Amino acid sequence: MKIEGKKVIWSEYQKEIADDNYFYVRSCIRQNFFPGSEVAFLRIMRDVLKKDVFEHPCHTTCSGIGYHGDVVPVETAMTVVARQFSLMTEAGYTNYVPSCITSFGLYTEILDTWHHFPEVEEKVRRQLKKATGREFKKPENLAHASDVIYKFRKEIAAKSKYRLINKETGEPLKVVDHIGCHYSKMFPSKGVGGAEYPYVLTGMIEEWGGQIVDYPERRHCCGFGFRQYLVQANRGFSIACSKEKFESMKPYQPDMIITNCPGCPMFLDRWQYVINEMEGKRYGQNGEGIPVFTYEEVAGLVLGYDPWDLGLQMHQTDCEPVLKKIGIEYSPEDKYNLAIIPSYSDSHKLINV
Amino acid sequence: MGKLYDLLLEDIRFEEGLNACMNCGVCTAICPAAEFYNYDPRKIVDTVQSKDEDKIIELLKSETIWYCGECMSCKTRCPRGNAPGLIIMALRGLSQELGYFVESEKGRQQLAIKRTVGDWILSTGYCVYLDGITIAMHPEQGPVWEWVQDNKAELLNRLGGNYKGDGPGILRKIPEETLAELKRIFEVTGGMERYEKIESFSKTKAKEMNLELTEGIDNEYFRHIYKTNNGTHSR
Ligand code: SF4
Ligand code: SF4
Ligand code: SF4
Ligand code: SF4
Repeated sequence: MKIEGKKVIWSEYQKEIADDNYFYVRSCIRQNFFPGSEVAFLRIMRDVLKKDVFEHPCHTTCSGIGYHGDVVPVETAMTVVARQFSLMTEAGYTNYVPSCITSFGLYTEILDTWHHFPEVEEKVRRQLKKATGREFKKPENLAHASDVIYKFRKEIAAKSKYRLINKETGEPLKVVDHIGCHYSKMFPSKGVGGAEYPYVLTGMIEEWGGQIVDYPERRHCCGFGFRQYLVQANRGFSIACSKEKFESMKPYQPDMIITNCPGCPMFLDRWQYVINEMEGKRYGQNGEGIPVFTYEEVAGLVLGYDPWDLGLQMHQTDCEPVLKKIGIEYSPEDKYNLAIIPSYSDSHKLINV
Repeated sequence: MGKLYDLLLEDIRFEEGLNACMNCGVCTAICPAAEFYNYDPRKIVDTVQSKDEDKIIELLKSETIWYCGECMSCKTRCPRGNAPGLIIMALRGLSQELGYFVESEKGRQQLAIKRTVGDWILSTGYCVYLDGITIAMHPEQGPVWEWVQDNKAELLNRLGGNYKGDGPGILRKIPEETLAELKRIFEVTGGMERYEKIESFSKTKAKEMNLELTEGIDNEYFRHIYKTNNGTHSR
């Protein structure tokens, strides 16, 4: 499909994204694998965009991975989510922003179910009250953290130090986007750009100087599949899915991959390592892997944040080729130096700054 | 009408996920699990729709219902607005309620998920938790993960986290009162009952298979279900 055709589709899926006063909810997976990304999100929101973002210390897992691993029943998941809403209500917020795509998908699914089956919502309210004494209001606006960065992509571009351009050739970097399945496959109208041609990451990349690469398996799942990765015996499925994507994107010679899901940046990163160990095969240029980034990492790099403050040393597939292509100034020798004090303020730790 | 079909109807996801399937196979064409496994979501929807009690029992005991990755790609494309992925979730729920899950290799793995993700949710407040993601269980995490595991406290501090600390922030300690609330929610809403069922059906099965099953993950049965793949599942 031509880009013009997609623009028409994209214009049909313009979702509303609140512009300030966010209730931020973390992702368990991302806190473990991409802690630097959540820190970067808060730095960008608070220090660069001067927005109010509140994090409640008592929020928890949304139980989403347990729900999709089928050990947590749907009513339990709904009530755990209702408790998160109750924390939002208690703190006086109405704009709910989860960091996790799986979680975003779960919230969307639950709000949709409650809309169609009000008696289910009533039951969850009774159960939450019985279990915890809590009550709640539903969010007025639900947006994934990548929606929020998308919304402010132009402001970020205006303050950028670098662009996604190859310093040597002056050409835009070729970027592959990978959107989490649960972002919009269930409810296309809840994602920027819909399900078939989501625009949320493409919009960022285009604004920051890069060029999006379209390739056949663009919307194929990375292969997390919950139980298909969580249990060792099933991981063949997971790696086969990722491999299919790599094979499909390779001919387009992408410089990097950008993602907005909790799992995929990790799977796309680690499975490249495993495929190379097993078959001696790499998918990037010059015998390297294709570096995989979260959207916050890319936003942080564009804004001139230190790569090691962003946590890029936690990637298995080396990201330095991209840093060099862009011409980012950084110290390679500090990669594993843990004695460094971050170069930024502590604002990401404070409540309601 | 069959009894099992009625039980499925009680699951809200079933009601949402099934409206007169026309057997077109679009879901199978898009499904990543159908590409890899001997799996056909269309057939599952068709079997369920037939309301044939025996066939549904067979399904609940089968390997088939455990192949889906719950990516929901099928939901986007189904011309009838069905979601085979949601129907699968309802079937998996019922298979565990009735104890049929232990009759298949893939179904038995539910205990492994319960004893990792399931237990972490209640003990830590996180669905996955750094201390549990060991290299032994996750060799694919590579050398970088070994470095992360060896230096986790310093690394999280370096990156601005709040590992096991009070207040907000990354991998903070979830307060005791909060964990108690989570537990109460599980008790009131059937989560705990589900956990207990997974445990008790698995215990019976372990005995039958003559495999030792004690608490936690360091026992024969856990290792068996976590690692065994008889090689007949995929294409
Ligand atoms: S779905 Fe995301 S936020 Fe929810 S429990 Fe899992 S990782 Fe945590
Ligand atoms: S792309 Fe992978 S990690 Fe992301 S939602 Fe799909 S299965 Fe989950
Ligand atoms: S796509 Fe929908 S209608 Fe077609 S076989 Fe699948 S569930 Fe049935
Ligand atoms: S949700 Fe399951 S059945 Fe549907 S496309 Fe994904 S793997 Fe296939």
